[in-house]
Amino acid sequence: MNISFWLNGVRRQEEIEPGLLLIDFLREKGCFSVKRGCETANCGLCTVLVDDRPILSCSTLAVRIDGKKVVTMEGMQEEAKEFGTFLANEGAEQCGFCNPGFIMNVFAMLREIKEPTEAQIKEYLAGNLCRCSGFVSQTASILKFLEYKKAQEEA
Amino acid sequence: MLKIKSYVKVKSIAEAYELNQKKTALVLGGMVWLKMGNRNISTAIDLSGLGLDTVQELDDEFVIGCMTPLRELEIHKNLNTYTQGAIRESIRHIVGVQFRNCATVGGSIWGRYGFSDVLTMFLAMDTWVELYDAGRIPLTEFVNRKKDNDILVNIIVKKKPLSVCYMSQRNSKTDFPVLTCAASLIGEEVRTVIGARPGRAMVVEDKQQFLKDFRNMTDEQRTEAIEKFAVYAAENVNTAGNMRASEEYRTLLVKVLTKRAWEAVGGMKDEY
Repeated sequence: MNISFWLNGVRRQEEIEPGLLLIDFLREKGCFSVKRGCETANCGLCTVLVDDRPILSCSTLAVRIDGKKVVTMEGMQEEAKEFGTFLANEGAEQCGFCNPGFIMNVFAMLREIKEPTEAQIKEYLAGNLCRCSGFVSQTASILKFLEYKKAQEEA
Repeated sequence: MLKIKSYVKVKSIAEAYELNQKKTALVLGGMVWLKMGNRNISTAIDLSGLGLDTVQELDDEFVIGCMTPLRELEIHKNLNTYTQGAIRESIRHIVGVQFRNCATVGGSIWGRYGFSDVLTMFLAMDTWVELYDAGRIPLTEFVNRKKDNDILVNIIVKKKPLSVCYMSQRNSKTDFPVLTCAASLIGEEVRTVIGARPGRAMVVEDKQQFLKDFRNMTDEQRTEAIEKFAVYAAENVNTAGNMRASEEYRTLLVKVLTKRAWEAVGGMKDEY
């Protein structure tokens, strides 16, 4: 099947098998930030943005991105680096395996909710599992990142 | 593993219906459940090009396209005003935002899954399903029908005066529910729905009419009626045990959640 779509801002056209999952397709295209974790649609590791919405690439057929805009962490290097510093400073990563999916969902959240409360953050990110950090330091890193961005805007 | 031989993004419901008459054809929903099984699909039918992914509000009903993601329902302002936030409450515990952006309301309702929060919630309203061949039928009837080769097009929620409360019990956040419960007053009709028993959701008939004329009861009368009805529900809802909870635990939960949900509908308790 022939599909055309945007991957990280670049228009592409590809020939694919109908049963190919988006996660496998993106990794074939070199997007290794998209990780396979639980295989049961629970962990959020495979999160990518399709038309600005976070979705699970492990549960989406690649044919369904036809005509759509797909963004992986490879397309958000600068933003990820900036936020990643806050994650590191709070000790919010140990193995780091969950980080790409987590970061993608944080950016999706900030597009949807401009100034999320702590409760909103916890609710929005409930679908991103981390088996190292226990979420306290991750939440703290988001709150500090928000403070930093707000101060930047006001300055 | 899921194997798909051919994939058709249909241009009309009629085309989908025709393709779906083959035994090995399958209509795709959000795929989050489907992809977990081992299946060989000869023709995967995709309805995503038909514009059935929105909630349309009319004067007397909401028309919800079968491909509408659960997340759309969760954040839909008017649906949530109409249900006093119950739709959001029934959906927000389902895994994560990414999952709810994938899963569709049509997939949840058509699947009639035992674990479905969505089915429990929609049964607590005056909900109809619009099938391509069979037309509009009440969800209360559809829920007990055998799966056939029809196509679910829309889910319709009639805007009758509604007071509703949705509750669920989970062993841990984002897990399947151990039990779901919705209590509602649809006009003057009293309705209680119990799901994740773990069988599919069912309406608990108030055969002894404990809750009859609930709207006009005093608080004292309501307390007594709710207490009696909760015991009745626990005695009359079939539950079973599985890896998440025992039959006995679920039966206890039927009583507790029924009581709490009706107290919330009656305005006696705001929240638990």
